[in-house]
Amino acid sequence: MMTFVAGHISYWLIICLMMVGLYTLMSCSNLLKKIAGLSVFQTGAILFYVSLGKVEGGTIPIVAEGYSIYSNPLPQVLMLTAIVVGVATTALGFALIVRIREAYSSIEEDEITTMDHKDD
Amino acid sequence: MTEHISVLLIIIPLLAAPLMVIINSPKFSWLVSLGVTLVCTYLAYILMTDIQRGSEVHYAMGGWAPPWGIAYLIDPLNGLVTFIVSLIALSTIIFARKSVEREIDSHVIPLFYAAFLLCFLGLVGICLTGDIFNMFVFLEISSLSSYALIGMGKNRRALTASFHYLILGTLGATFFLLGIGMLLAATGTLNMQDLSMLLPAVENRPLLHTAFALIVVGLALKAAVFPLHLWLPNAYTYAPSTVSIFLSATSTKVALYALIRCLYDVFSFNYMLDSWLPQALLLVGTVAVIYGSWLAIGQSEVKKMLAYSSVAQIGYIVIGIGLLSDAGLRASLVHIFNHALMKGMLFMVAGILVYRLNSTRYQSISGMGKRMPITFGALIIGALSLIGVPGTVGFISKWNLAQAALAQQQWIVVVALLVGSLMAVIYCWKLIEILYFQPATKSRISKVEQGGDSVARMPVGMIVALWSMALLCIYFGFNTELTLQGAQLAVDALFATREVLP
Repeated sequence: MMTFVAGHISYWLIICLMMVGLYTLMSCSNLLKKIAGLSVFQTGAILFYVSLGKVEGGTIPIVAEGYSIYSNPLPQVLMLTAIVVGVATTALGFALIVRIREAYSSIEEDEITTMDHKDD
Repeated sequence: MTEHISVLLIIIPLLAAPLMVIINSPKFSWLVSLGVTLVCTYLAYILMTDIQRGSEVHYAMGGWAPPWGIAYLIDPLNGLVTFIVSLIALSTIIFARKSVEREIDSHVIPLFYAAFLLCFLGLVGICLTGDIFNMFVFLEISSLSSYALIGMGKNRRALTASFHYLILGTLGATFFLLGIGMLLAATGTLNMQDLSMLLPAVENRPLLHTAFALIVVGLALKAAVFPLHLWLPNAYTYAPSTVSIFLSATSTKVALYALIRCLYDVFSFNYMLDSWLPQALLLVGTVAVIYGSWLAIGQSEVKKMLAYSSVAQIGYIVIGIGLLSDAGLRASLVHIFNHALMKGMLFMVAGILVYRLNSTRYQSISGMGKRMPITFGALIIGALSLIGVPGTVGFISKWNLAQAALAQQQWIVVVALLVGSLMAVIYCWKLIEILYFQPATKSRISKVEQGGDSVARMPVGMIVALWSMALLCIYFGFNTELTLQGAQLAVDALFATREVLP
């Protein structure tokens, strides 16, 4: 049992990280914090991929003499794309928050909801 | 030549989008979008007919053979969906010009069209690609541009709607990404054909089940399947009219296509049979039909009513997927096509209302039916089609779906179909009654520049786009060969791959 837990330690940490992100996303009413939570959640997914490619005792994927075991480079390459997507999402989220603040002069979700209800 | 078409469909809009930003002229960007969507529709049509005649198109990106490189594999299924997306994009652009001029500030119009083309490119990419990670990337390209497009709405609620969509959409995409990661861990490949070969042999079943659950939930969030539809009503209601038309008709449909592809192709048919998913899909679809129609009845705003009706219509498609039969899937695919036509058209009516009356609230459009006969004539065709009256496209898909459900003796589903149609009668009648049988109250019209008595003149582009969709709605209601055959071919192609598997 202990070896199972210790052997998968990186995955346990990743699960914790993702849960922290998800919880922040759901519990915070501040829109900026929501985006922060989302980023943390995405980072968890990225780390998950990177740890998939890790080979025990392997080096970074380079061709050089004396190194025969190396990590799988494919997940890392994929994550370069996912990081770009994540950055774009965060940037767009921040841009929307700026516009929301201009329109509502608040970035607290509950205040915005009350204002919307007043409009109806 | 045909094999290059598949990649040209992506490259043309990809090159055109930055060009419009550089040239930065509203009129030019509309013309470019028109040209691009026209060419893409033509190419998609060639591609689709070519595939249906039996040729197979593989395109290995950069000459890297699959499973190492990214392969574009076109079969009748994605050929059909690509054509739907391109056709809707074309008619949306024809419709768009005046509507966009009215609703979007002139200095961001080029950016608007650029984002529109990027969204279009993402949706087409999801359809064409044969690589599941590539599918994720295209999913995010289309979603990111649609967040931006929705955020351009005039009402400040467009911003919060777009923000909610961003949060939920990104969550869905990340779930999908995790699922892909687990598939990669299990098999070491990302090519969908390759995955479908390797998955049955995977020993680690819990890993596979987790991946399955994550992928289904992620895509269901993007497709707004009940109860994951919460982002949809506000996003469609407050987005600029052009965006509502395009997104309502395509984006959820393409996500459903991705779901069908993952369920039937990547995970095999047999895998689904053993899981709880078919029952869950039937249940969720049935509830969605009733719930969506119920909320649609209670609305007092055209766009919001249409958005909730979309939730119900997505329910029909999900039921077809959940029936796990040839006929059910065929009904789903036909409904994807038919619903894209009618919902696109109805949102065009809403767009015209915004353009001419500056409001889509029931109270301010009452009695306008006689003053805007061209618009509301089309609306009636769309409403009849939503209800499923014979002679319209809505009837064809509902009839097929009911037959498929009867064949499996899913009585509850059949009852839900009937009740859903009855409820559609109620929400459509409510609108028609207000339009035709109520006195024209002094409608609160503001900012209408032209036209002496309160109703601005209708631009030609809008009439052309609206009525060509309306006529197609009727045409495909009578001539079912094209749609049903296309769907049948697509289903055959999906089930043919199943037989290869052990």
